[in-house]
Amino acid sequence: MIRATLKSLAARKLRLAMSAFAIVLGVAFVAGSYVFTDTIDRTFDDIFGGLSSDVVVRPDLPGEVDLMSGFNAGTTTTIPADLVDEVAALPDVDRADGEIESQSMFVLDTDGDVMTTQGAPGIAVNWHDGPNAEGDPVLELVDGELPEGAGEVALDDRTFEDSGYQIGDEVQFVSTGDEPRVSAELVGVVRFGESGSLAGASLSVFETGAAQDLFLDGEDAYSRISVTAAGGASAEDVRDEISAILPGDFEALTGAEVDDETASAIEEGLGFFTTFLLVFAAIALFVGIFLILNTFSILVAQRSQEMALYRALGAGRQQVTRSVMLEAAVVGVVGSTLGLLLGLGVAQLLKVVFGAFGLELGGGLVLAPRTVIVSYVVGIVVTMVAAYVPARRAAKVPPVAAMRDDVVMPDSSRRVHGWAGGGLLVIGAGVMAVGLFGSVDDAALLVGGGILGVFVGVALLAPVLAPPLLRVLAGWYPSAFGTVGRLARENALRNPRRTAATSSALMIGMALVTAISIVGASANATVDRALDDGVRAQFVVSNAVGQPFSPAIAQSVGQVDEVDEVVSVRAAPGLVDGDQTALQAFDPVAYSRAADLEIVDGSDDLSDGGFLIGEDQAESEGLSVGDTVRLTLPGSDEEIELTGIYAESPLLSGGMIVNQQTLEDGAVPAVDSLLYVVVEDGADLTALHDSLDEATADLPTVTVQDQEEFKQQSRDQVNQLLFLVYALLGLAVLIAVLGIVNTLALSVMERTREVGLLRAVGLSRRQLRRTIRLESIAIAVLGAVLGVALGVLFGVSLQRAIADDGLEVLSIPGGQLLVFVLLAAVIGVLAAVWPARRAAKLDVLRAITTE
Amino acid sequence: MTTDTSSPRTAARAVDLAKIYGTGDTKVVALGGVTVEFTAGRYTAIMGPSGSGKSTLMHCMAALDSSTSGQVFIGDTELSELDDRELTRLRRDKIGFIFQAFNLVPTLTARENITLPLDIAGRDIDKDWFDTVIATVGLADRLGHKPNQLSGGQQQRVACARALVSQPEIIFADEPTGNLDSRSGTEVLSFLRRSVREFGQTIVMVTHDPNAAAYSDRVLFLADGRIVDEMTDPTAEKVLERMKGFDAVGQHP
Ligand SMILES: Nc1ncnc2c1ncn2[C@@H]1O[C@H](COP(=O)(O)OP(=O)(O)O)[C@@H](O)[C@H]1O
Ligand SMILES: [Mg+2]
Repeated sequence: MIRATLKSLAARKLRLAMSAFAIVLGVAFVAGSYVFTDTIDRTFDDIFGGLSSDVVVRPDLPGEVDLMSGFNAGTTTTIPADLVDEVAALPDVDRADGEIESQSMFVLDTDGDVMTTQGAPGIAVNWHDGPNAEGDPVLELVDGELPEGAGEVALDDRTFEDSGYQIGDEVQFVSTGDEPRVSAELVGVVRFGESGSLAGASLSVFETGAAQDLFLDGEDAYSRISVTAAGGASAEDVRDEISAILPGDFEALTGAEVDDETASAIEEGLGFFTTFLLVFAAIALFVGIFLILNTFSILVAQRSQEMALYRALGAGRQQVTRSVMLEAAVVGVVGSTLGLLLGLGVAQLLKVVFGAFGLELGGGLVLAPRTVIVSYVVGIVVTMVAAYVPARRAAKVPPVAAMRDDVVMPDSSRRVHGWAGGGLLVIGAGVMAVGLFGSVDDAALLVGGGILGVFVGVALLAPVLAPPLLRVLAGWYPSAFGTVGRLARENALRNPRRTAATSSALMIGMALVTAISIVGASANATVDRALDDGVRAQFVVSNAVGQPFSPAIAQSVGQVDEVDEVVSVRAAPGLVDGDQTALQAFDPVAYSRAADLEIVDGSDDLSDGGFLIGEDQAESEGLSVGDTVRLTLPGSDEEIELTGIYAESPLLSGGMIVNQQTLEDGAVPAVDSLLYVVVEDGADLTALHDSLDEATADLPTVTVQDQEEFKQQSRDQVNQLLFLVYALLGLAVLIAVLGIVNTLALSVMERTREVGLLRAVGLSRRQLRRTIRLESIAIAVLGAVLGVALGVLFGVSLQRAIADDGLEVLSIPGGQLLVFVLLAAVIGVLAAVWPARRAAKLDVLRAITTE
Repeated sequence: MTTDTSSPRTAARAVDLAKIYGTGDTKVVALGGVTVEFTAGRYTAIMGPSGSGKSTLMHCMAALDSSTSGQVFIGDTELSELDDRELTRLRRDKIGFIFQAFNLVPTLTARENITLPLDIAGRDIDKDWFDTVIATVGLADRLGHKPNQLSGGQQQRVACARALVSQPEIIFADEPTGNLDSRSGTEVLSFLRRSVREFGQTIVMVTHDPNAAAYSDRVLFLADGRIVDEMTDPTAEKVLERMKGFDAVGQHP
């Protein structure tokens, strides 16, 4: 039996290759995601691993300060210079170097553009030649000289190469400090670590005094102390020795501890990215299941006589089932292997793409054993699951079928499937609803599971739904295309289960695309409405690279003629009763002149501290005016009183609002994230726009936008995200297209005699191709219609569920959805190209004499 | 095609037609230079032992297969000069087919199957002619049925009706009764006979049943890819007699 199976496998190479392709793509995505994130991890490990010295002394910040957001927020807490000397004087300490670090000193290239990738820090440090924990220098001078005083700087070699500057040039910087624009003479080039990779960040090196002037207001202090242990002393011992003499608000950690902390913070930050990619891998594999299921069903149906012969010759049901499952396993192994290889390619491609955007990842790809194991397990399991149903059906072929020439595959009743599908649909929808609208913990899991249930339910229902739908969708074929149209319609209707499974694959991709497009359109509509209804300020000042900017901007904007009021909004992470929370800081009284802020209880006066919170938020937290919460910031840890409760709006989604002094007292750097500009009545807006542009000209990344421009910008951001998601969902659609190709090709083979007959009685090749194309379009459009219908359901539910969290307005992009359906028709045309060509190439004589 | 049979026109002919499969050791001469004419309005049967080249001759005559050498004319059209598109059109407009089995498209009704060549061509259906054909084959109450709802005999009659309804120059039938019981076979054969006599249709039919051959006007005998004999106004007995002779020849070469 095994030999027979393998032989028949070899004879069906092409068909199996096509179904294996779904596995290849799915596994490639899984493997690619893992390889790529592992490679990123390794890169960051390299960077941070080479950074820490034996022991690090730093301010003891209350609470866990999130490292990724810490890149932007940072702290103003410092270490006095004499503490460095005290540490250095300890017996087991070889040397102690005071370090100053800023994360927001962005290098502008010779064209005046910010060089770092979006989100990556512009790191600035003072020079010292203390070694890292391995005893290697952290920084190495590779060209020119070290900076020796104010106005001199060295850049890392990668930034230097890309910047266009020569040694001796004046390098331009943008910073979030009091002086937004800084420049310094480039005197040298340094190399960071072994690979020189900074993962997209830039590194500028200043002389210590100059760094103190720039970042610490000239205070003789440091952000951190790097300690090198004296020969023989362990890092732990030195740490303990230092801890003993440290004042309470500082802490000492070994380099290894710091590295661990950093690594886990980065893993957390990147975990989202991995999950994101894996979700798409799961979607691809799920869609792949339909393709494989269909391929195996057709292959089994075509071989029913062979199966019956085996049965007649005495093979048991189980043996037949096993032979099909074995076939699936072989396909799974081959598919997984190819998928793994392709996955490496995908990761390499991502690496190149990221490199092109400035996030260069040093070294080769990382292929962890975990990646290999998961790839094979996923690939093989998915294939076996998909092949199980056809395998069972194969075993049910009665032995007597070997003697008959018109074998009808035993088919479980469509009604049974219909009921099961309907049941699953209802349950799935229910679970989804609980996840969306109920207050449960694992909401995302419930929603995902519910959606899966709905998909499987509809896929099971599809053979029942397909005939009536097809009669409508392809009903016009005969009148438009005559016989060719009639043949196409009837062919699509011929095997509802096959047609349904084929279009179900496309349905899934289409449903997700539709749901996402509804969420995107709703997000845009919500922002539009919020700005139209809620914002009175005529201009908004923001930073294009997503970084906060210097408060000096607010000052210079405030001095522009005809500007009535500048409202600065700041943002920072903090801990509220121990939970990480995003804080906004502004003066509510000034704010309400620029935008809506409706107080429903208490007062909006934060001049003596306190905070505001949204109505729903207050209710769910059980807070009322006068209650207190514990607010932890990098430099403070205090009880703070609820002063007022405001009505939630799309702009203010309910979070905590404090005054800016509270942040500054908590050692959060004073940087603005947004400015609202209210102008005097009757001001000439066009002229004023120009004056404002001039006032912010110093900072190329800070832009002044009127409401229309601001809307457009946020729309662009939403759309960018949408396109990324579309591109990834395109993979699922691609697999679905392959499914259509496969089904059509197999159907054409099945209908060889019929094709021969049609050609004999005068159907031209072109007419034959058109027949297949029309059938393909019917299948694709059926999938699209089901998908769009489901997608609207998902999209609307999603919008309803998060309406209160900033997606107030529902917008269904009808035109776009229509385009999706039309695109599906195009997909149908494309999918039919190859099967149609094969059919047209059939030798008429051979076809009609085929037995 | 009309009932006018006064002038003996040639509906199709082959001149020195040869078909050779393979080369060298595996070379098979399926047709070894056949010259034959099929007169319009006549019913010709082709007989011969299995492997004698009957089907090959038909396929070459019917523009389904290309010949190795020689010429085939349908009406005045020489086939070797035509490209695939023209051959397809020729089959559609000038030739009717009845195969032994698998004659009908399973997804189409009997009526749709019958009008298939006309529909493909986008030609209008001559209502009167259609009704006449349907009445002749006796399928009026079966037109809405799909092939799998029809008996084998009914299916072959639908195939006959399809071949007739487009009024082709010539109809080729390859063992049209080969899969039928004798009653259904008789129905189909007498229907073919009537369509020649009453409508002046030209029919060429391959068969190895002497009783079927007896329905024709003329029988051609094929052996080893050559026409070896010919008989006009055949009866079943005469044909059987002649066939025995060939078998004897086959046995003692
Ligand atoms: N495609 C082919 N390849 C090789 N030989 C063929 C092919 N088709 C037919 N033949 C050979 O040609 C000869 C005539 O076949 P055919 O016309 O089918 O005979 P008949 O219909 O009289 O039984 C036979 O010897 C057959 O084996
Ligand atoms: Mg034959």
